[in-house]
Amino acid sequence: MIPAAFAYERAGSVEEAIELLGRDEDAKVLAGGHSLLPAMKLRISRPTVLVDIGRLDDLRYVREDGDRIAIGALTRHAALVRDPVLATRCALVPQTVQLIGDPQVRHRGTIGGSVAHADPASDLGAVVLALDAELVARGPDGERTIPATEFFTGPFTSALGPQELLTEIRVPAVERGVYLKHQRSSRDWATVGVAAAEVGGRIQVGLASMGPTSLRASAVEEALASGASAADAAARAVEGADPPSDVSASSEYRAHLARVLVQRALEQL
Amino acid sequence: MTRVALTVNDQRHEADVEPRQLLVYFLRETLGLKGTNVGCDTSSCGACTVLVDGESVKSCTVLAVQADGSDVTTIEGLAAEGELHPVQQAFHEQHALQCGYCTPGFVMATVSLLDENPSPSEDEIRRGLEGNLCRCTGYHNIVRAVEAAARAGA
Amino acid sequence: MSVLGNRVLRKEDPRFLRGEATYVENLPLEGALTVTFVRSLYAHARIIGVDASAAEALPDVQVFTGGDIDVSTGPPPIPVLEQRMRRPVVAKDVVRFVGDIVAVVVSPDRATGADAAELVMVEYDPLPLAVSTVDAVKDEVLLYPEIGTNVAGRAGRSDHDPRLFEGCDVVVRDTLVSQRLAACPLEVRSAAAEVGPDGRITAWLSTQVPHRDHFGLSATLGIDPGQLRVIAPDVGGGFGAKSAFGAEETIVVWLARHLGEPIRWTETRSESMTTLPHGRGQQLELALGGTRDGKLLAYRLDILQDAGAYPGVTAFLPNLTALLASGVYAIPRIEVDGVSVVTNTAPLTTVRGAGRPEASQAIERMVDLFAAEIGLDPVDVRRKNFIPKDAFPYKTATGAEYDSADYEAALELALRAVGYEEVRAEQQRRRDEGSTQELGIGISSYTEITNPLGEEEYGEVEITADGRAIVHTGSFSHGQGHETTFAMIAGERLGLPIERITVLKGDTDDVPKGTGTFGSKSTQIGGMAARGAADEVVERAKVLVGDYLEASAADVLLDTAAGRFHVAGTPQPALSWAELAERAASDDRLDELKAQHDFKAPPTFPFGVHIAVVEVDVETGKVELQRLVAVDDAGTLVNPLIAEGQVHGGVFTGVAQALFEEFVYDEEGNPLTGTFVGYAFPSPADLPAWEAIEMETPTPANELGVKGIGESGTIGATPAVWNAVLDALGPYGVRHVDMPCNGENVWRALQEAKA
Repeated sequence: MIPAAFAYERAGSVEEAIELLGRDEDAKVLAGGHSLLPAMKLRISRPTVLVDIGRLDDLRYVREDGDRIAIGALTRHAALVRDPVLATRCALVPQTVQLIGDPQVRHRGTIGGSVAHADPASDLGAVVLALDAELVARGPDGERTIPATEFFTGPFTSALGPQELLTEIRVPAVERGVYLKHQRSSRDWATVGVAAAEVGGRIQVGLASMGPTSLRASAVEEALASGASAADAAARAVEGADPPSDVSASSEYRAHLARVLVQRALEQL
Repeated sequence: MTRVALTVNDQRHEADVEPRQLLVYFLRETLGLKGTNVGCDTSSCGACTVLVDGESVKSCTVLAVQADGSDVTTIEGLAAEGELHPVQQAFHEQHALQCGYCTPGFVMATVSLLDENPSPSEDEIRRGLEGNLCRCTGYHNIVRAVEAAARAGA
Repeated sequence: MSVLGNRVLRKEDPRFLRGEATYVENLPLEGALTVTFVRSLYAHARIIGVDASAAEALPDVQVFTGGDIDVSTGPPPIPVLEQRMRRPVVAKDVVRFVGDIVAVVVSPDRATGADAAELVMVEYDPLPLAVSTVDAVKDEVLLYPEIGTNVAGRAGRSDHDPRLFEGCDVVVRDTLVSQRLAACPLEVRSAAAEVGPDGRITAWLSTQVPHRDHFGLSATLGIDPGQLRVIAPDVGGGFGAKSAFGAEETIVVWLARHLGEPIRWTETRSESMTTLPHGRGQQLELALGGTRDGKLLAYRLDILQDAGAYPGVTAFLPNLTALLASGVYAIPRIEVDGVSVVTNTAPLTTVRGAGRPEASQAIERMVDLFAAEIGLDPVDVRRKNFIPKDAFPYKTATGAEYDSADYEAALELALRAVGYEEVRAEQQRRRDEGSTQELGIGISSYTEITNPLGEEEYGEVEITADGRAIVHTGSFSHGQGHETTFAMIAGERLGLPIERITVLKGDTDDVPKGTGTFGSKSTQIGGMAARGAADEVVERAKVLVGDYLEASAADVLLDTAAGRFHVAGTPQPALSWAELAERAASDDRLDELKAQHDFKAPPTFPFGVHIAVVEVDVETGKVELQRLVAVDDAGTLVNPLIAEGQVHGGVFTGVAQALFEEFVYDEEGNPLTGTFVGYAFPSPADLPAWEAIEMETPTPANELGVKGIGESGTIGATPAVWNAVLDALGPYGVRHVDMPCNGENVWRALQEAKA
């Protein structure tokens, strides 16, 4: 319940945050805290320094940027759920975020924190992959854009460097998108989550809880691209995935769920 | 230690806190406001729910240092001495509490829910309270209380 | 006009609504030191050594081990229980479950305690494991080698009558598991203790049983009972898990005495999930036989009960399961063979229902299986076998003496409330159109035993100088609303409104004895004790009134509607309680307006019928509970509002077992569901509204006609939901689904049926 002791720094700017992160290799970023603090309270995570970026209000925005929508990394889930731009241009995002956690969590948790945490069970992880989102990061060497497909490198591990901050998530405007989440109960992580969207004329599918990271169901996408039916494409949902066995579900059940939910998601699209 | 200044139940407080002190323990132990309860260690049960800048938040998942500069309302700050806030009154009238341990958290979550959605359907109420757990009531009367509070314009 | 039977709002609510409750963790206790336990990470191991040096290097930290605290606790003194399986409160030589206490850290604050506990280095030598009951019952790996067996308790008889099923056209068999559950009171365990200037120890405990704790702690620690005071302040739920003090509370009191400093402890939720005693954990091999036209003739149960590493009353529970085995049916031949074994898992105890949910789960599943086998509607099979309403009092083949019931009426009410024919029609419509969202309807008709030990409860009523009443009760409400209900009961006898009646409980200095609250007994024995004490106070008051009004006490009447005494035939002069008390006080006779009453009665048997409607997605296996109709008859309802709340909470627990929860260990004895994240405790979004319907068949066991209701909802709901799931899956050839009936378990059952 009580985290191990740590030092606390508050960053007044992105640059300052980058600099503070550079001073200690066991420093961690504190945004909404709703992924990090639970891990720290169980002493699974033990950073020596927390760099609080929670005051960087200029990272809270949703704005149209050409054919993309740019979302500031510190935008809170509750704000995404209400956002009028996303509601009309990329409703898949608010529809998914509405399923994250609970209202209290959504009042504090941020999209950047959620994505950067790189939990393979994360709903947003599946969605940013399905959308081919661009993750904008800033670090000591400047700014770079990381494609979602290169962002999740391992369980709870992202492509962000130790001093890099995720500052913006850029999603395409999308008319058709669906996120299906199977859970043991409403409070649970996704036993399996399936995000499907039509992006630039192509149907893309992201998976949650089907491997060590969020995954693209590439075999499903290939099958669809070559004209397969939803059912036939969905039959390939587990290819390239490695569904875990844990207390929520066995690997076999996850595999089965993935096939069923991918088919349903495609049919609902 | 880090200095924090925040308003709690309309009273301003300043204190030096250890960075690892959770807001819930700051409220309970530094300020002596024992009404907010700790029910779990995984941010699941919502017994610790308070309002921070008007929104429901699990105070066990916020560091006191993060609440610097905030306006916090706890269960003690909902109503004046001797009175009950309409949500508290509704919980009473609908028998929406038994052992009472989850109650402050549910009341604060309800205040926030009705603030954002003044006329929720039963489904919206149940989903709006999925961050709060109760073992005694089976939730039925809690939902009725929220409906009653909504009708009363809470 | 009597207030009994009215939906009276609770007097105790304001302090809980305002955040002014007095849970143990809220007590001020200046300067108290904090306790943090160091717990075993192994399920079975020898302790080679404990190195506390790094921990004790932290400022003001002390560490105690099993060598320092040489105290043990044991099972309750019930003859069928193995008494030698005792638990050293701090493990010394061997740990027997993940969570067993190996060291005790005392620190100035919680954070330092957590830091210090991490620094205590324990060296273990792992031992072979017996984690499952199936392994433990083989007696290959022994938890207590000196005892030579893992058997901690027995029920029934181990010989089998080979002619048990003679005359049965059909015998259906299944093995059911009533899975291990965590009680999950929202307030975890909390304890504090302090030695006063007079050397007396005060212990504040989050408990259901302050007097039992007082007796047990005195005995365990060798304290003169007069030198120990136990106070249970507000307690945030118990559900049976707080019905016995444990190693932790014992250590807190020991430390207070040893160190002469105030001591406090509050567990974390993870600690509570893994070490607060669990519930259920019973496997039943079942065989039910009867005639082809639906008459049940014989029933056999082989029960294997998990008693955890340190057996307590749980080892006895198969006896309760056996007692209630036949439920509401007149089954002439019943055979039970039960054994409880220790395993390398956390202790278990009497969690909401305690042995009776298992009985109703078993018989109700088997009746449905039997009905399916002979092709009769489960409603009809139940009707053919109900104990008829004119047969009460009725003694079952298992020796239970049921007091009063009308199962047929309960069934009728429930069927009508759910709209049975309409739901069956909708079910058929979906089947006809090949829907993947199948509907299932499940019925459970149950009875259960409340006040199972036939206990005696204490009540005292006194009148204060300003004419109010105080009820002192040996019951201990921790959510059940006694401050209202007992005030209503006493108020009806005294002719005082509940606003002028205070109910006190939980302090062993204020209430000399009591049995606490568990087993759904408190209204029927505690309420009756308060009633009896109120009646005696009225009789004593009449003596005083007689003196003041110059009449014989026998001619004095109490007008309860007005709350005034007068002489029969002459409404004036009259004395109100306030007037009487004022005069009595000035005459130094106020203490005549005080009486105690002990009330004892045999167990009573509430009953009911629950009907569940579920929707099963046969592709994903996911089950959604759409409706739960609950008819529960607990005799007279003193406060139907509170009674209904108990039904709601009980039904919640029953549904949670049927569809969501299971406490799971891996093969190494590591708990996998040790937090509220892993353990599938349902939220408001997972459940529908409940449809609770009142029915009252009074019991002759007490003048109020009251039975117990606290556990009925749990006992009735689980089988209804379980049967509903099986009913939905009938056309798919499924006859068994493991609880909890979550997506995976349903999917597996569907896969097996296809194979």
